[in-house]
Order: sequence, then C-alpha cells, then structure tokens
Amino acid sequence: MSEGHSTYTPKTGLGRWFDARMPLPRLVYDSFIAYPVPRNLNYAWTFGGILSIMLVAQILTGIVLAMHYVSDTNLAFGSVEKIMRDVNSGWLLRYLHSNGASFFFIAVYVHIFRGLYYGSYKAPRELLWILGCIIYLLMMATGFMGYVLPWGQMSFWGATVITGFFTAVPLVGTWIQELLLGGFAVDNPTLNRFFALHYLLPFMIAGVVVLHVWALHVTGQNNPTGIEVKSKTDTVAFTPYATIKDALGMIVFLLVFAYFVFYMPNYLGHPDNYTVANPLKTPAHIVPEWYFLPFYAVLRAITFNIGPINSKLGGVLAMFGAIAVLFVVPWLDTSKVRSAVYRPWYKLFFWIFAANAIFLGWLGSRPAEGTYVVMAQIATLYYFAFFLVIMPLLGLIETPRRLPNSITEAVLEKNKGAGSGHPSGATASAETRG
Amino acid sequence: MSATDIEDPNRRDFLYIATGMAGVVGAGAFAWPFIDQMRPDASTLALSTIEVDISSLTPGMSLTAKWRGKPVFIRNRTPEEIEAAKAVKLDDLKDPLARNANISSDAPATDADRAAGEGKENWLVMVGVCTHLGCIPLGQQGDFGGWFCPCHGSHYDTAGRIRKGPAPENMAVPAFEFISDTKIRIG
Amino acid sequence: MKKILASLAVLGFMMAGTAAIAQEEAHNAAEPTHFPIHKPKLIDWSFSGPFGTYDKAQLQRGLKVFKEVCSACHSMNLVSFRTLEDLGYSEAQIKALAAEYTVQDGPNDDGDMFERPGIPSDHFQSPFPNEQAAAAANGGAAPPDFSLIAKARGVERGFPTFVFDIFTQYAENGPDYIHSLLTGYDEQPPAGMEIAEGTHYNPYFIAGKSLAMAKPLSDDQVTYDDGSPQTVDQYARDVSAFLMWAAEPHLEDRKKTGFRVVVFLLLFAGLMYMTKRKVWANVPH
Repeated sequence: MSEGHSTYTPKTGLGRWFDARMPLPRLVYDSFIAYPVPRNLNYAWTFGGILSIMLVAQILTGIVLAMHYVSDTNLAFGSVEKIMRDVNSGWLLRYLHSNGASFFFIAVYVHIFRGLYYGSYKAPRELLWILGCIIYLLMMATGFMGYVLPWGQMSFWGATVITGFFTAVPLVGTWIQELLLGGFAVDNPTLNRFFALHYLLPFMIAGVVVLHVWALHVTGQNNPTGIEVKSKTDTVAFTPYATIKDALGMIVFLLVFAYFVFYMPNYLGHPDNYTVANPLKTPAHIVPEWYFLPFYAVLRAITFNIGPINSKLGGVLAMFGAIAVLFVVPWLDTSKVRSAVYRPWYKLFFWIFAANAIFLGWLGSRPAEGTYVVMAQIATLYYFAFFLVIMPLLGLIETPRRLPNSITEAVLEKNKGAGSGHPSGATASAETRG
Repeated sequence: MSATDIEDPNRRDFLYIATGMAGVVGAGAFAWPFIDQMRPDASTLALSTIEVDISSLTPGMSLTAKWRGKPVFIRNRTPEEIEAAKAVKLDDLKDPLARNANISSDAPATDADRAAGEGKENWLVMVGVCTHLGCIPLGQQGDFGGWFCPCHGSHYDTAGRIRKGPAPENMAVPAFEFISDTKIRIG
Repeated sequence: MKKILASLAVLGFMMAGTAAIAQEEAHNAAEPTHFPIHKPKLIDWSFSGPFGTYDKAQLQRGLKVFKEVCSACHSMNLVSFRTLEDLGYSEAQIKALAAEYTVQDGPNDDGDMFERPGIPSDHFQSPFPNEQAAAAANGGAAPPDFSLIAKARGVERGFPTFVFDIFTQYAENGPDYIHSLLTGYDEQPPAGMEIAEGTHYNPYFIAGKSLAMAKPLSDDQVTYDDGSPQTVDQYARDVSAFLMWAAEPHLEDRKKTGFRVVVFLLLFAGLMYMTKRKVWANVPH
C-alpha cells in the first residue's frame, strides 16, 4: 500500500511460491514492517493503533456476549443478568464490553482532537479525515444501539428520545420514526432490529477502517511539525519503531481501561439501567451515555424558534450539524500551515475549543433549566464559531511561526546537544532486520 | 542497528525475549475468559441433579425423566425381562462392559451390574440415548424385547445392552441413588 | 501552552462552580426541587477499595433482615438460593432455607400447576403473585425488586467530587444510599413543608421529599445471634451490604482478578518501556 517500490524479497521457496500467487505477506510487509513513518511522531499518534485493538476487543467480547444474550423484551434484561451472575467469566466479558465502548470513545476523541490540533485533515488527507468521520458516525450508531440491548430504563428511554429526533423532520417525521421503531413506540421489533444492526455495524466499521488505513498509507502520516516527509532521514521503519511505541501506548491505555473494568465498572454507566425498562414510567433525568453528552447539550440549547424552524427541529439540526461540520473541516481551515505548533492563535482557540467541548459534555449531564440553558447556548455558539468563523478567518490573518525546513531539521533542533545527530537510515535498518 | 547499540547484546536480547514472553502470557490469559464462557454456566450445573418420584411405576411400566437435557429411562422390569437378561451369556454381548457410572469402569455387563443393585434388580435406570449417534431408542421393541433405535437400527436387550446394529456401547447408566423406596436422585 | 492550559482549567472550574452554586441557591428549604435533600452519609464498607471483600457474617445478618423485614413486600427474583454459598452457608443449610419457600411448578402429568418446596436452584420468591397485585397491596406503587437495587440507586456526586471518585475508587453509591434512606426516617420536615397523605418524609429519598414506604426498621426488631448491636443503624448497614452482594455477587472475584491484571500490565508496561527505549536509543525523535 505504501508509495514507492516494494522492498519485500521472499527468502524461502514457499515464500516465493506464495508471493507469486497471492502477495499477502508482501502487503503486510510493505504496510506494517517496511512502511516509513515520520520519526517525530509523539504518543498522540499511538491512538490509531489503540483504536484498532479496541475495535477487535469489542467485536470479540460482543460475539461471546451474543452467545448468551436474548433479544426479547421479556428476556433481554434477565439474560444480561444471567451473564453477570451465572455465565463463567460473564461479568468480566460484559464489563469489558460496556466499559470498552466508553474507552473506544475516549480513544476516538483523543484521535480526533489530535487530528484537529496538528491539522491532519488538510490536503492531501481530506479523504482520510472524511473516512474517519464516517467511522465516528458508525461508532455513535453502534454505541447507541448497544446501549438499548440490556433493556434497562435508560436503554428504553434513550431509544425513545433519540428515535424521537426524527419526528422533527417536517411531513414525513412520524413515518420515519415508525419505520425505525417497527411500531408506535420502542418495543420488541425495535430491540430485535437494534440487536441485528448492533451486530452488523462493527463489521462495517472494520471495513471503513481498512479504507481509512489504505488512505493513510497512500498519503503517509502527518506529524507534529505538519511538514511532509522529504527524505529518507525524515522517517523510520514502521517495525520496530512505530510498532513498539504503539505497543507501549496500548498497554498504558489498557492499564487505565483495566482500572475501570475491575474497580469501577459502573462509574461510566447510569444506575437507572439496572432497572428493567418500564414503558409507563420515565426516569427523572434522561441522560445519554457520556460520549454523547456534548451533542445532547447542543440539542437542548436550541430553546427558541429560528424563523420558520421551530425549536425542536432546530435542536435536532444543530445536533446533527455539530457532527456534520466535522466533514467539511478540511475546507473550512484556510491556513497554509498544518500544525498548531506553529500557529499561536489557533493553538489558543483550539484549547478553548477542547475545554468548551468538555464543558458542553458536563452541561449535557445537567438538567435543562436555569443558567445551564444559557451556558449551553454560549458553549454551542463557540462550538460552531470555532469551525465556521475562527477556522476560516484565522488562516487568513494569523502570522505563523517560522517553519523548519524538514522533519529532520526540527528533530535535530529539539535534540541539540543531546548526542549523536545523524540518524540511522531507518528503511535500511528494517531490511537488515527482515 | 548502528554500532553504538551493541555494547551489551545479551541484556538487549533478554529484554526483547522477556517483553515478548510477557506479551504471550498476557494474550493467553486474555483468551481464557473467551473459552471459559462456553462451559456450562452456574445455573445449568445447578440443575444437574434431579429427584424423580417412582412410586407410580408398577412392574412393566417405565417413565422418562429429563436430566441434563437428555431423557433418562427408568423402568420397573417384569420378572420375565429380568430372566431374559440374566440368561444372556457375556460372550454373546457386543459390549462386555457394564457402562455403569455407579460401579467401577471395568465391571462386566452382567444384568446385576446394569440394574440398580441388590434388592432393586427390577429397576433399570439409564440415559435413553443410543450410543451410536444420539437418537432416542423406542422402548419394548426390537429383536431382544428391550429397546430399538429407529435411526440406524440398533437393538438393545432388556438390560439396555447393545446386541445388534451399529451402536458400539451399552446404554449408559448415570450416577443415581435411591433416597427412599419411591424416590431416585439422578446426578 | 502550559499556562494556557492552566488558565483554561481554572476558568472551567470557575464556570462550573458558579453554575453549581447558582443551582444550589435556587433551593428552598420548604419546597426543594432537587432530590435527595441530603446527600447520603458515607459508610466505611468492607467491600470498598481495591482489596475489598464481603464480610460474610454481615451478609448473613443482612440476609436475616431481608428475610424477616424486607421480603414481606420486596422480591429478589434474580438471586437464586444456591448462590447463598457465597455467604458461607453449607449445602444442607441452603436446602433447608430454600425449602422454607413455596414455589409454583408444573404443569404435572395431569396438566395442573402445583406447589412444592423450593430447591437451591430456585430464586427468591416474590411475596405477590404479580406486579399488579404488588401495586394494589401497596397503595398503587409496586415495591421495587431488590436483586439489583444496590446498583440501580445512586445519588449523583456532583462536580468536582465525581472527578476525585476516579482516584478514590468510590463505587459504593448504592449501599450508602440504602443505609441513609433506612436511617433517615427520624428527621422532621422543615416548617412549611407539605407532606402528601400516605407518604413519609425522608430527606435522603432520591426522588422526592417523601416516599410511600413507612419506616421499615426499629431497634430490636430482628434478633442477631452473633451479639451484633440490634439497632436500626446496624440493621441498615447489614442489609445494605447484603443487597450489594445480591447486586454484584462477583465483586470479590472482580477485584482479585483486577489486582493481578493491573500488576501484570504494570510489569508489562515497564518491560515495554525499556524495550522502546532500546529500540529508539540511537534515533533522535
């Protein structure tokens, strides 16, 4: 997949036989061994690998949970509890899966913010970015439907509220909602189709991930300087350099994950989901899973009509708009410089944006009343202003800092006085290691 | 690797091997719950003992109880059936072993070792699953007046021993005991 | 950049803080709008923290309180008798305990449903034949099932406590709440507060100022054989611990496994860090 010529040379007869018929080992070698990566990648870049193992872990735990789960409104809650109580290691698998969803989102948010900070969405990586946005959308759909499956109170009412978004669509809204639900309210048909889709979507995510990695390997990775790779000294071989760094990142991430799974497995969940769904009784506060909270706050911030658009449709449009705006980020940013490292003003607005996103998340968990609504409106305003006003304008008026000529120059500048300067030829060393 | 890196190759190799080993151990430990979850769960195991009331069975009557998802035949045999089973010479048996979980595994397939023991020789308790490929044999049928499996034509005698057909073994006698004269606990 | 981050953090905290205070001020003593009125009291549970284990004697006492008091109205239909082994009971004791309950089974060969004594694989039986009967007997509100109550109730910790909770491993929201609720009946409502007919004031109740359940426990109501104090507070602690076990029977196993996993991952991370240093030793980056 990498650009340039393949350096793979099979050493054994069997290897040559295989390579002539189906060059899979060559593909793996070129993509994950000899593939050149910028030498200055920091730990924020390990989240791509972390996301891959989280996807695999979620699929594995999900498949074994599906061996015990029953998607029937009368049995679903009990079947999950049976997993928790009777199935061997069932509690572990279930907690891994439910917390795994949260940690999947933690990793994806770090990954997205890293992309925003270092300008990884800019040409020629627009398609890479858009594929990432599609993965994120699919993840949200998967996470939402997965949360419905245990058939607790939050499952039921979350499903009711979220499918209710579609009733805001003029004329055909109710028709769409009934189509999604398979009835007039969330019920057995809804649970069954959500289970089927929850099982399907992760494999679709895996498919888009393949495209995402493909696109990545065509353009090559961005890096903290945002400067394109210019010579061989700018890069090191994927294996062992990136592999070992990714592995370290993964283990540290798994350590935090394990801490939650084993010591506070219900911290990220909601107590109400341990009460079986009751279609006749709404919980006092309906809150989605934490990873949807910022968007939930945006939804609730629109309490007023905007011209012909009533507040309900306005809220739904704002919420979907908050996700949709990510897709066009490559064209909203007018700056010629990629990385925030050389953009002092962008850096400031970026960190305000990050804090604002967390603040929106917190507001999403609060009841929609009093000062919270006003604060949510201000935070929503900044959210959109960041993308639609700051990004386009800043690129035109900001004076970036002086850029180094190459990745190597940046690295050497950073390591000045720290020993040997000349790097070992990375691609070459990969060959000797086989 | 460049020349400066080879100052202590042993230490470096040890580090690589140790890290690799830790990875293998970790992956193995992680894999275990995924296999473990396939085993019968706690609620399934809890039901693996059942108690059956046999007070209504007069000689010549049987009942079928469900145990671990399989049928268990409990038959109060008639004196003629016992006679017929006792009359069979061990050499005529296809499977010479008793296949009785309550006695030693090399016990011969005499009628006494198949039945419920002294004083209870009229009682025959066995898992009603043909030892060929798992069908359920029909009672009091076949060439030997015992059981006959219609799937592939295995004939069992009145002690549930295979006499003719493709099945390799006598029908299994599960672990059981009389907790009173009218109650049997299986499992 | 660090300065920017720090100031942002301070700014965020201040905004959140003022928001929280603003909401607090909206409270009115006589007509509160946010519940519970009091936060639950924090109890030092034997099962809290990374090495927490259940106190079997306490669970046995809790079971006694549940059987003699709670189970008159509350079911616990996800918990089977056989799991009481965790509380230190022998097989024979569990059989005897299960046999105290009557279980409907059937149909038999005549097509009739029949009643039989419970066996260890049965679950705790509901005192009511169905939910409608439970609601009808309790003034319209069916008493909730107790299998998961210790995980299904939790008072929000609020900002910034919920951040600190990650580091203190606070996960005992449920039992703290149950204990506080059970011991919270003796407080008098503030002057001017209206308490609806047939409900009972309890400032620890999560969903209002009063609840339908009357004070369920009183001193010396349940006889303890092990000399533990026969007080409402002790009963409440014991039954809360028991309900935590009922909701999370594998808690000890979870924490023990967790310790091994975390130690392994720490060692593995250490090895991986050294390996990474070696690999990158001669490549400035």
